[in-house]
Amino acid sequence: MLTDAMEIVWQRPSSLTPALTHYCPGCGHGIINRLVGEVIDELGIRETTIGVASVGCSVFAYNYFDCDFAEAAHGRAPAMATGIKRVRPDRTVFTYQGDGDLASIGTAEIVHAAARGENITVIFVNNAVYGMTGGQMAPTSLPGMKTTSSPFGRDVHRAGFPIRMSEMLATLDGTSYIVRRSTHDPGNVNKTKKAIKTAFQTQINGLGFSLVEILSACPVNWNLTAEEALHYVEEKLVPYYPLGDLKVAETVKNMSVR
Amino acid sequence: MTKELWKGNEAVAEAAVRAGLHAYFGYPITPQTELLEYLAKRMVELDRVFLQAESELAAINMVYGAGSTGARAMTSSSSPGVSLMQEGISYIVASGVPCVLVDMMRGGPGLGNIAPSQADYFQLVKGGGHGDYHPLVLAPASVQEAVDLTYEAFDLAMKYRSVVIIAADGAIGQMMEPVELPPMRDIEPKDQGWELGGAIGRDRRIITSIGLEPAELEQINLTVQARQALMQAAEVRYVERWTDDADLVVVAFGTAARVAQSAVREMRERGLKVGLFRPISLWPFPTEQLAQIAKKVKRFLVVEMNAGQMVEDVRLAVGSEPSVAFFGKMGGLVPMPEEILERIEALELVPVGS
Repeated sequence: MLTDAMEIVWQRPSSLTPALTHYCPGCGHGIINRLVGEVIDELGIRETTIGVASVGCSVFAYNYFDCDFAEAAHGRAPAMATGIKRVRPDRTVFTYQGDGDLASIGTAEIVHAAARGENITVIFVNNAVYGMTGGQMAPTSLPGMKTTSSPFGRDVHRAGFPIRMSEMLATLDGTSYIVRRSTHDPGNVNKTKKAIKTAFQTQINGLGFSLVEILSACPVNWNLTAEEALHYVEEKLVPYYPLGDLKVAETVKNMSVR
Repeated sequence: MTKELWKGNEAVAEAAVRAGLHAYFGYPITPQTELLEYLAKRMVELDRVFLQAESELAAINMVYGAGSTGARAMTSSSSPGVSLMQEGISYIVASGVPCVLVDMMRGGPGLGNIAPSQADYFQLVKGGGHGDYHPLVLAPASVQEAVDLTYEAFDLAMKYRSVVIIAADGAIGQMMEPVELPPMRDIEPKDQGWELGGAIGRDRRIITSIGLEPAELEQINLTVQARQALMQAAEVRYVERWTDDADLVVVAFGTAARVAQSAVREMRERGLKVGLFRPISLWPFPTEQLAQIAKKVKRFLVVEMNAGQMVEDVRLAVGSEPSVAFFGKMGGLVPMPEEILERIEALELVPVGS
């Protein structure tokens, strides 16, 4: 019971539902869900936002956000979001996708949504592994990384090399804001939130395609403790997937923010 | 109203526009490409949504998104493209999202060719994707009928929250015929209580096809089945000609029925009791109506531009007693009336009065 003497210092963003998440201990999705929720709150767009969830650990995102949501087929979230945004340009439309979804089965959809400069926002969570199906090799799994489908470590001669999606997408003229951030420590979490906010503002200002790639820990499928997994992000993922702004269009740099 | 000469693909596109088409997403494939090209111009002129997708996979998922907002959305393709769309169709049906799909069928399997075919019967009628479902499938036999069914398809999609498929073929898409186009409709979107549009002053809504708990997924299935039951009760469509006194009834749909009709008419002129039964709704199939005919008629000839895919449904309808013969052409060949005549002659009917 809140009394006059008490003050709320921390609470769930109103853009998130009270549902318990299915995320494993130490998983980065919970942090990222919260950051997106906080940004939607701060921008005051909960009622005018439509989310598109994907397949993988992000499959239940629609349960956790208190806004209208669609659940897309595997990899097709950018196409579904395109359909929604084209008929409702007055709404804020974002997808929430993992690396298996976006960088493997859905490469065509993300590349072409980006190339068209669709005025949508993509939250791209990269944990270098297929989480939901139990830790198989993802297109983003590091060379030598042991997964259930690369039990001897990813052999690049047989399984090819990881894809740096943000670098690839940043080469497309249609993109306006492409950045990579991480969630392995509080400072980076704060930077991630700022980037998510800029991405949404890019869309609200009608400036085109925005994507925030977020490096995120998956301790269960990496066979690490939660703390070890954060170190793994910092020491292994960040060197391969450098943090930073891959593309910030002049229009985004100069946009007025609310 | 005066009739105008229209190419099938363009007439279907204009019918969709006049039915209130809000958003079209498509990918080029012969023999339906003129439909996409026509809308590329027309939709932009009308300040509506036209988008050429990167693939049929993307096109159907864009339709899924647009349809999720309650907008009248459509895509069109031809057989190999429709194979790619099957994933999306399964999701769309499970989510109860209305949309229209036009299939101008071509020869298969594989890359096949660009000639007219009816070999998509199974993939359209039997639920070509995973899971238990049937879309509403309507098969026109002329450009005019393609126009009329397309015009109506959007209302049916909304009514049943289902995918409605116009199952035509390359012949109907490519040929020109005189048609009377319906009037332009002004569609005022009305909230039905399920569409996504932003949770302004209401609880959030979710469009999804997932039901992780088996009991939950059973409910999704029961809802799909209930919608289908309504379609089965109200949307069976067919045309019967000369079946009252027939000794033999030819069963055919779409272009094959058009050809068969010439052969049947010729037989009637020769005094032979041959009738024609043309299903318009391939799903729901006019099972009861064929069963009624089978009480009197003991011989059927199914004519299709495939290897006999509809024969299974005809056999199920007429039971085991009547004989069910089949004549078909594959590979994009269209049967000639004379060929059908020969088949009927081979069944040795006795002329009237002999």
